[in-house]
Amino acid sequence: MQLQKTYKGIFFILLLLLVIISLLSIRYGAVSVSLNEIFSALKKYFSLQNDMTLNERIFMDIRLPRAILCVLVGASLAVGGVLMQALFRNPIVEPGLVGTSSGAAFGAALYFVLGAVFKFDAGEWTLPITACVGGILSTFLVLILSRSKQSGKSSIVALLLIGIAINALFMSGVGFLSYIARDPQARSITFWGLGTLSGANWHSVIIVGISTIVCITAAMRYAKQLNTLMLGEDEAQFLGVNIKQMKRNVLLINVLLIAVATAFVGIISFVGLIVPHLLRMLNGSDNKFLIRNSAILGGILLSMADLMARMLLRPAELPIGIITSIVGVPVFIILLRKKDYFF
Amino acid sequence: MLLVKNVTYYIGSEKKKLLNNISVEFSPGKLNLIIGPNGAGKSTLIKAICGQIHPQQGDIFYGEKNINKISVANMAKIRSVLSQNIELSFPLTVTEVVMMGRYPHFTANPTEKDIIACKEAMKLFDVLSMADRNFMTLSGGEKQRVHFARVLSQIWYPIKDNYRYLILDEPLTFLDVHYQFDFMYKIQRLLKNNDIIVIGVVHDLNLAAKFGDQITVLKNASILTNGTKEAVLTKEHIQLAYQLEPIIHKEGEKIFLFFD
Repeated sequence: MQLQKTYKGIFFILLLLLVIISLLSIRYGAVSVSLNEIFSALKKYFSLQNDMTLNERIFMDIRLPRAILCVLVGASLAVGGVLMQALFRNPIVEPGLVGTSSGAAFGAALYFVLGAVFKFDAGEWTLPITACVGGILSTFLVLILSRSKQSGKSSIVALLLIGIAINALFMSGVGFLSYIARDPQARSITFWGLGTLSGANWHSVIIVGISTIVCITAAMRYAKQLNTLMLGEDEAQFLGVNIKQMKRNVLLINVLLIAVATAFVGIISFVGLIVPHLLRMLNGSDNKFLIRNSAILGGILLSMADLMARMLLRPAELPIGIITSIVGVPVFIILLRKKDYFF
Repeated sequence: MLLVKNVTYYIGSEKKKLLNNISVEFSPGKLNLIIGPNGAGKSTLIKAICGQIHPQQGDIFYGEKNINKISVANMAKIRSVLSQNIELSFPLTVTEVVMMGRYPHFTANPTEKDIIACKEAMKLFDVLSMADRNFMTLSGGEKQRVHFARVLSQIWYPIKDNYRYLILDEPLTFLDVHYQFDFMYKIQRLLKNNDIIVIGVVHDLNLAAKFGDQITVLKNASILTNGTKEAVLTKEHIQLAYQLEPIIHKEGEKIFLFFD
């Protein structure tokens, strides 16, 4: 009997996989970058030499930030999935459920269609900021509306239902905006709604990196409390958990994770849903294990999807959300139908 | 001891009373059982004692301390509660479920002490052999025993200058006769430690008659009677509480109740 499971084995295998996938995704794409070029680019960068070749530039300015952003966004989405599934005690929950990603999509659509009309202009930051603000506002709208009049607390069911309703509302808002939009604007909305990492640069890596690391570190502290929630809210309280405070903080962590990641790369579905399930099948539902490893596995899956998105129609690029759905859905269904995994 | 003092709790605009001026004292080293017909307020009283609801009038004291003055985290260190019908939302192993009982006592990783408490509690309730099984695949009775182990591991070690509290809300549902008695005997043995206060709701009057040291009968949100089994389990009280005339059979100190 193992009273204290050590998940280290799985963690290191996943970490190794992540390194391999990231290397592949750095090397391949419309142009292949050799290992030698990678090394010499790094050498030149650190010795502050300014004479990089084209391939070295591609590696330094495009491939590397993109690969890192991919890992960060994958980690954010997957950990968000773990948090929301644990909080809602429901296996079919996606991190965007409380309105975050549809709000972000609405913010982005507003930017694409009416951006020129508004006075707000922050250069390359305009789109991420409008999307992030949209995501955060819609989430707070869900939280406020789901608060019960009598007790002032949000019940989980109310949160779920209001979340679905607000999602529908904002998505129809996105639909309306793309209906009145001119053709290139409408295409931008569509492309953004399916997610893409083509805009990756070092600025986005730094912003998403800070949010990812801070939020995941904070999430780890709530792993034990989220475990007790599996027995129900009353039981969690008997085990010493301040439910109200815990719910609020976990939701806050999730909003930050999802809103920031979505703001830079658009909506990427399925990663947040599928990664926690894959890990649960591997080694049960302990949230400490799930949070730590889903951060890595989320990075792996999104990097693989991004590599495919760039390679399939080379030199053109597919939206990554299409890949995550097309590959993710069948894999997910096959795994779920395995007999020994059930609720 | 655990003291319930003039507690009144009502709901709705008509102020329907679910608890009406309840006062009762539960002492350590005794098996305190609460019985009564459906809707008498047993669960509501347990909820008030657990801090799940906040009565409009009256006070509840854990030892010297008012329940409102004890934080959720500190309460979990001295008191454990076994509720009815706990279902998991995600698959966990039996060990993982039992280990949750120790959560209030450690921050990141369980200490040696926590692991020992877990193991011993699992041994006590015969679930050590299923340690690595998925909790969701267990039978109702097995699940209940796992929860016993979890709840007991939570208050496994004596606490300096404080009582330990164990609250059981209908613990015997899902159990066959063998495990019903087995569980009650184990609780009885546990009570040899004079620092544990046990309060339980049961439905089976004969189990109450066999194991109850103090029996509290609730009826219509009030206490009908309270005391030793000899004083409480009389024809008059049972008839008042359940509107059924019992046949009471005494054998020495033992009391048996039949209904016809």
